[in-house]
Amino acid sequence: MLEIKGLSKSFGGIRAVSDCTLELRDYTIAGLIGPNGSGKTTLFNLITGSLPLDRGEIYFEGKRIDGRLPHEVAWEGIIRTFQLTRIFPKMTVLENMLLAPPHQTGENFWSLWFKRRRIRNEEKEHLEKALELIDRVGLSHLKNQFAENLSYGQQKLLELVRVVMAEPKIILLDEPTAGINPSMIRRMMELILKIKMSGKVFFIIEHNMDVIIELCDWVFVLDNGEKIAEGKPKEIQNNPRVIEAYLGV
Amino acid sequence: MDLFLHLCVMIFIYIIFAMSLNLEVGYTGLFNFGHVAFFGIGAYTSALLTLQRVPFELSLLIALAMAGLWGFFISIPSLKLRGDYFGIVTLGFGEIIRMVFQNEVWLTKGPMGLPGIPKPVLFTYQFGTLPQYLLLTFGFAAITFLILRIILRSPFGRVLKAIREDEVAAETLGKNVFFFRIKSFVIGSLFAGLAGTLWGHYTTFISPGDFTLLETILVLLIVVLGGKGTQWGPVLGAFVLIFFQESLRFLRLPAEWTRYLAPLQQMIFGGLLIVLMIFRPEGLLKEKGRVSNAGN
Repeated sequence: MLEIKGLSKSFGGIRAVSDCTLELRDYTIAGLIGPNGSGKTTLFNLITGSLPLDRGEIYFEGKRIDGRLPHEVAWEGIIRTFQLTRIFPKMTVLENMLLAPPHQTGENFWSLWFKRRRIRNEEKEHLEKALELIDRVGLSHLKNQFAENLSYGQQKLLELVRVVMAEPKIILLDEPTAGINPSMIRRMMELILKIKMSGKVFFIIEHNMDVIIELCDWVFVLDNGEKIAEGKPKEIQNNPRVIEAYLGV
Repeated sequence: MDLFLHLCVMIFIYIIFAMSLNLEVGYTGLFNFGHVAFFGIGAYTSALLTLQRVPFELSLLIALAMAGLWGFFISIPSLKLRGDYFGIVTLGFGEIIRMVFQNEVWLTKGPMGLPGIPKPVLFTYQFGTLPQYLLLTFGFAAITFLILRIILRSPFGRVLKAIREDEVAAETLGKNVFFFRIKSFVIGSLFAGLAGTLWGHYTTFISPGDFTLLETILVLLIVVLGGKGTQWGPVLGAFVLIFFQESLRFLRLPAEWTRYLAPLQQMIFGGLLIVLMIFRPEGLLKEKGRVSNAGN
C-alpha cells in the first residue's frame, strides 16, 4: 500500500533518515520504533510532504507521491497526527470534527451561493458521523466546548477521531499514547483496533512496548535514521540489534 | 440633527471597512497593516470614473473589481510569507499605494486631490441629501454583513478559522491553506474598496493624505475593540470609536488647543490599542464557538 524506497534526508551534517526502505501492507497496524532522535518523526514528515526529501521515492497505491505538498498528500488519503497534539484551540470540538471531511462542497466559495441544499445535506451527514465518533470516545458532553478547554488526553482522542472524519486510507499516528493515563490508553487502543476493522491501515510511532506488542502486526525499527530491523513484534523484541540500539548494551 | 446623520453615515462606512478587515484579521489570522490601500483604491477608482461621467453603478463595480484585483496581485507574493513578515509587506504596500496617489499627478492630480466627486446615482435615484446617503450606506452595510455572515458560517469560513488556529494542522487535513488565504484576502480587499467608494462619494473630495497608516490603525482598533472573530464586534467597535473620533471635531475648544487635538487623538488611539492587547485582547464581544449551520 505504502512503499518507501531509499529515502534519505539530512539536516546540515546530520543524517536524519538514511537510505530507508520499507513497505506497509494492507490491513495492518505497523509500528515504528527506535531511540529518540532516530528519525521516526522525520520519516513521517517526509511521507506527508511537510519536509522535502533529499533522495528516494515514496509510492502510495502504486502512485508516486514524493514531492507533493502536504494537502495534496492528504487528498490521497494519508492523514497524520502529531506528537504534540494539534487541535484547533478556539474552535469547538464539533467544529474540529466537521472541518476534517475532505473536499466539502461548502469549502468552494461559489458553491456557497449556488449549491446551498447540497451543502446543507452534506453538513447534516457529517454532523451525524461526528456526533457518533465523539460519543464513542466519550466527548459528547464537551461537543460545544472550545477544544482548548479539553484535557491533554481528551485532545489526543479528539485528534484521533478527527483523523477518522478525514476519511483516510492510511493513518499515521505520532506517539498516540504519550502523556496520557493508562485507562485512557486502553480506550485509545480499543479505538484504534475498531478503526482498523473498518479497513484502515495504521502506521504508529510509539515508545510504549506494551502498546506495540498488543496492537501491531509488524514493526520497523529505526536507529540513526537507518532501518535496522523489521518483523513481528515478538521477534523484534528478541533481536540483538534492537536490544543494542535501545539499551545501548 | 445633521451632525447625528453625518455620524451615522461615517459609522456605516467604517462598519463595512472594519468587517472587511475582520474577515482577514479576525477569522483568517492575516494581520494586514495596509488595508487602507484597498479603501483608497476603491475611492480613487470610483472618483476618477464618475468625474469622467461614467455612471455610478458601473464605476462602483469597477472600483470593487480594482480593489479585489490588487488584493489578488499583492496576496500572491506576500501570502507566501508567514505572520509578521506578511504584516510588514502589507504595511509597505499601503505606503506604496499612497505614494502612487501622491506622485502619479497625471492620473490622481497628486496632493491637490480630487474635488467635486459627484453624489451617487443608483438607477436614476440620486443620493444627494444626508438622509438619502444614510440609507445608501446602511443598505450596503447590511448587504455586506449578510454576505459575510453566509461566508463565515459556511464550511468555507470554518476552514479560514482553522487556518488562523493552526495552519499546519489544516494542511495535513487536506486544506489548501495558500488558496484559502488568497480568497479571504481578495474578499476583504473588495469590501474595503466598497467602503472607500462610499466614503469618496460622501466627502466629495479625496487626497492622498486621507489614506495614511493612521486609517489602518483606526480600523484595526475598531476590529480589536469590538471583538475580532465575531460578526457584531466590528459593528459595535465602529459605533464606539467613530462616535468618539467624530465628536472630537465638534468640541468647541479654544483655538490654540485645536492644533493639539489631532496628535492627541492619535496618542489616545495608539494607547488604547496597547491597553486592549494587554488587558482584553478578545475585545468587547467575545468569540463564541459555533457549529456551522450553513443555510439555516
